Amino acid sequence: MFDSLTSRFGATFSSLRSRGKISHSDLDASCSQIRQALLESDVALEVVESFVAEIAQKSMSALATIQSGTNQANAIFEIVNSSLIEILGGSARRVRFAKNPPTVIMLAGLQGAGKTTLAGKLAKFYADQGNTPLLVACDLQRPNAVTQLQLLGASINVPVFCPEAGDGVGDPVKVAQEGITFAKAKQYNMVIVDTAGRLGVDSELMSQACEIRDALQPDEILFVVDSMIGQDAVRTSQAFLDGVGFDGVVLTKLDGDARGGAALSIATLTKRPIMFASTGEKLSDFDIFYPDRMASRILGMGDVATLAEQAKAAFDGDTSKKLEAKFASGEDFTLGDFLDQLSAMSKMGSMSKLLGMLPGNAAMKKQIENFDDGEIVRTKAIVESMTPHERADPKVLNGSRRSRIALGSGRKVSEVNTLVDRFSAAQKMMRQVRSGGMPAGMGAMAMPAMAPIRPQSAPKKKSKSGNPAKRAIEESQ
Amino acid sequence: MALFSKLIAKIKGENSFAPTDWAELEIELLASDLGPTLTRDLLEAARRVKSENAQEALAQALTSHLTQKSRLPIINQGGLSVVLVVGVNGTGKTTSVAKLAEHIKASGASVVVAAGDTFRAAAVEQLQTWGTRIGVEVISGKVNADPAAVAFDAAQRASAMNVDYLLIDTAGRLHNKRDLMNELEKVKRVVEKITPICEVLLTIDATTGQNGMAQAKIFSASVDVTGIILTKSDGSAKGGIALAIESELDIPIKWIGTGESTADFESFAPESYIRGLLT
Ligand SMILES: Nc1nc2c(ncn2[C@@H]2O[C@H](COP(=O)(O)OP(=O)(O)OP(=O)(O)O)[C@@H](O)[C@H]2O)c(=O)[nH]1
Ligand SMILES: [Mg+2]
Repeated sequence: MFDSLTSRFGATFSSLRSRGKISHSDLDASCSQIRQALLESDVALEVVESFVAEIAQKSMSALATIQSGTNQANAIFEIVNSSLIEILGGSARRVRFAKNPPTVIMLAGLQGAGKTTLAGKLAKFYADQGNTPLLVACDLQRPNAVTQLQLLGASINVPVFCPEAGDGVGDPVKVAQEGITFAKAKQYNMVIVDTAGRLGVDSELMSQACEIRDALQPDEILFVVDSMIGQDAVRTSQAFLDGVGFDGVVLTKLDGDARGGAALSIATLTKRPIMFASTGEKLSDFDIFYPDRMASRILGMGDVATLAEQAKAAFDGDTSKKLEAKFASGEDFTLGDFLDQLSAMSKMGSMSKLLGMLPGNAAMKKQIENFDDGEIVRTKAIVESMTPHERADPKVLNGSRRSRIALGSGRKVSEVNTLVDRFSAAQKMMRQVRSGGMPAGMGAMAMPAMAPIRPQSAPKKKSKSGNPAKRAIEESQ
Repeated sequence: MALFSKLIAKIKGENSFAPTDWAELEIELLASDLGPTLTRDLLEAARRVKSENAQEALAQALTSHLTQKSRLPIINQGGLSVVLVVGVNGTGKTTSVAKLAEHIKASGASVVVAAGDTFRAAAVEQLQTWGTRIGVEVISGKVNADPAAVAFDAAQRASAMNVDYLLIDTAGRLHNKRDLMNELEKVKRVVEKITPICEVLLTIDATTGQNGMAQAKIFSASVDVTGIILTKSDGSAKGGIALAIESELDIPIKWIGTGESTADFESFAPESYIRGLLT
């Protein structure tokens, strides 16, 4: 998401940096570029105007005090960055735990925003931290929303309180009440309540949401919003704020390419922090929302911190130690390492998502997003057709070696070339990251940077029908 | 709306349209999710208009961005018409399949639906619940089955049953996930081994912003979308992105969803949509 914003800011700032000295008209031009980019990113017009005015004013005073052109550009970049962080909600806020458990979290939002899936994600997130959540099924409207929550709960071993089958039958207020009583009796320390999707303009359903809220007395009401939402974010978030009210915001489907300007709009207009980010269809595709990281991402600086954490979690024990040792000694990562790491990679989530977090320009990210995770099998075949020597040092790969590899792996020479090029680029990027002083454990990151990794669902798991690896195998048969 | 009539008065020369009015109009157009580019075009066109019949002139400026293509359903006369319903997660595919099935049934034709979403929890059950409600047979496969295999079986079954329509629900997918788009292409390819797909309908949620354009572009490139279902038009969102899509990609909006029950479904009416954009 935010790609166009990133590329525009990228263009704006590189043109500013190339000047000897920035004039007021340069600044004006940059501001109007930023305005256009923000509008294309679905930021609400009023937020755009105030944001741009703030940038212009702060930059103007910065220009007066800094002399060199480059420093001026950097100063403006910093102003834009910090203003973005401010709008996105300052520092991240965590869920407030109730003094007397259970801590009750109620979800609210439009139809199709992703509440039910999010309920499962929250439950998993907190269960993994040692809490004992109970899911409560108060969406009695959408057909089989209750079944969906039951299946999600079962998949993560979290109990689901669902006295009503739903599908238009049953009273969600009563379920809410009983759910709390049940949770207290069974001493669950957390209750996560899914509710039916509703429109901001539907006053009847909004007052039902208020009744559910009153029955629950929630510690947090989270407004769940699709990151692809447009200008309606303003009206809808205001309607929910005035209607049922909310304490925090969750942005969903952030694994898409929506620029997500709604994030800026909602945070500014409602003064409620964005607390969580939902980033995929698996229940583990979920994280705390970090405004500073998101701002970095918008500005094309990459979400390296998140990547580092995921890498740490995915690479454990020997794998991680071996890589760290290599990393520390300044050795390069090789194609051989890549092959070794394929299985660890699979724990880290999809390729394109990971690569999206790396620093880099938007054009490159676009390419990465279009990356076919299904290429894994083919790529593996290519790497496997190389000798250990070639894997360790791809520079030796001359034309005849490449055609031999192509022949051996049943791929085209051009595919071998692409793989090697990509790998070299990634290797180079990793060297830069390293010289930038990354935390320990970051060594693992050279791998995702390079190219194909195994998709999220390992073939043995026989789960996702769209398993690209499985399909690639099928298709090659 | 007040602004609309103010603009018309200005165009008629009865009133002066102040710079603040233009700014206000820009806000209105942007707030409808028409996007900055189309908004700029429309404002320019509005400034040029000097017609006596201002209302008509302005309506024309907007209408000129609509497609010339037919909005009628594409069918396979006398044979099986297969409709594939695709779109991003949560945009209203399953509900729309149910709505369309009921609509077809009410018109006297026979229809079966296929549960091509084998991925999301309880997706098959959701369609089955709809099937029971509206009295339409639901063809489904096993949970986590290959969606292409389910669709293939459904196409075979539907042909053998001699029904008029087969509607295929699919799993929600983000258009930037290449592997999932490949999966969808495979569904289409495999069904077409049995019988041609007449229509590929893309659900666009009316609350969607500029990302809707990327959705339409990529889904079209992938499975050749023949029409759009604009869902959730009963909310406060104006759904202006649909006009932007028609204007840029020439894909007709064919249906609109206006609520959660199967009756909340209509053929797209351009005039009232355009009026809605400015109210
Ligand atoms: N208000 C309103 N709600 C709608 C409309 N169409 C669908 N919905 C609701 O939107 C939600 C999602 O609809 P689904 O039909 O399940 O969407 P989907 O695209 O099949 O979702 P996935 O299969 O999960 O990707 C449900 O709560 C529907 O009731 C509409 O026209 N208006
Ligand atoms: Mg569905």
